[in-house]
Amino acid sequence: MPWLKTRRRKMSSIIAMTVLALFCLIAAVYAVLTKKTINAVIASGVISLTASIMFLIYAAPDVAMTEATIGAGLTTVVFLYALKQIKSDKGDSDD
Amino acid sequence: MIKYILIFIALVGLAWLLWPLTKDFSTPEQLNSIASQYVSGSVTDLNSPNVVTSIVVTYRGLDTLGEVTVLFLATAGVGFLLKKKSGSRSQRRDGSEILQSGAGFLAPLIMLFGVYVFTHGHLSPGGGFQGGVLIASGVLLMVMASTSFRFSHLLIQLTESLSGIAYVIIAILGVILLGANHFLDPRILPLGNWLSLFSAGAIPVIYSFLGLKVGAELSAVIESLSADGGEE
Repeated sequence: MPWLKTRRRKMSSIIAMTVLALFCLIAAVYAVLTKKTINAVIASGVISLTASIMFLIYAAPDVAMTEATIGAGLTTVVFLYALKQIKSDKGDSDD
Repeated sequence: MIKYILIFIALVGLAWLLWPLTKDFSTPEQLNSIASQYVSGSVTDLNSPNVVTSIVVTYRGLDTLGEVTVLFLATAGVGFLLKKKSGSRSQRRDGSEILQSGAGFLAPLIMLFGVYVFTHGHLSPGGGFQGGVLIASGVLLMVMASTSFRFSHLLIQLTESLSGIAYVIIAILGVILLGANHFLDPRILPLGNWLSLFSAGAIPVIYSFLGLKVGAELSAVIESLSADGGEE
């Protein structure tokens, strides 16, 4: 019964999408509300990662790939490097 | 307290603005005319199984050229702003033993996968941009693992500029060989057999140049961002 199969598949993908979207939203709110900048950077990486999984479920592997490598990988690292630079500058001025 | 109320009001306003968009949304049952033309044209005209690639490289090739230019300008800006003062002391430590061994093992594999992704851009998901970013993440792993890791800036610059020039030359070759309306047309090369590596005209060539260019640019960004990066 292909009809039943697609329906079940649709159901499970809807459930997965809901869970992922909720996770994404929680991470986004956490990124805004948290006091420590580094937590916000990590949370934004988590948002990108969940978004890339959602793209994958919606059958867009190209976009998912870009989101995972750029959003979760490079952007997080660039933010971390920038944070480090700011901190070391601050330390220099305090000396 | 008043701040949270204002934020809440702003969110409700945003929801009210976007509500009409979601209310009338229904999943389209069939492709619209331009999309179906792209899907059939990708197979019949370009011999490429990956429709996304044929749109990005061919039908929207001019946009891709613009994107590459934007990326180039952004990289040039980062390189200009983060120019290292000479004599700045290095504060970085080497990575841990685990990171060093892992990076030594994984970085070549990641770069190889990046090359695979951009050479097979017309057959499987991915393409020049994704492959380039993967290469850059391999470089990033090496930069994080050890402070002594260096790569030649001359090589990076040469790769970057030569790939950019080659991309534009391929684009202009379309005009010369096929006529005025064929800027960026990949059909200057034979279309080849369905699903073989050298098929879909110049798409794999263009994507390889794009991948090299993006990889070189992002590697340079990572190098200049890392604490003791930049030219010595």
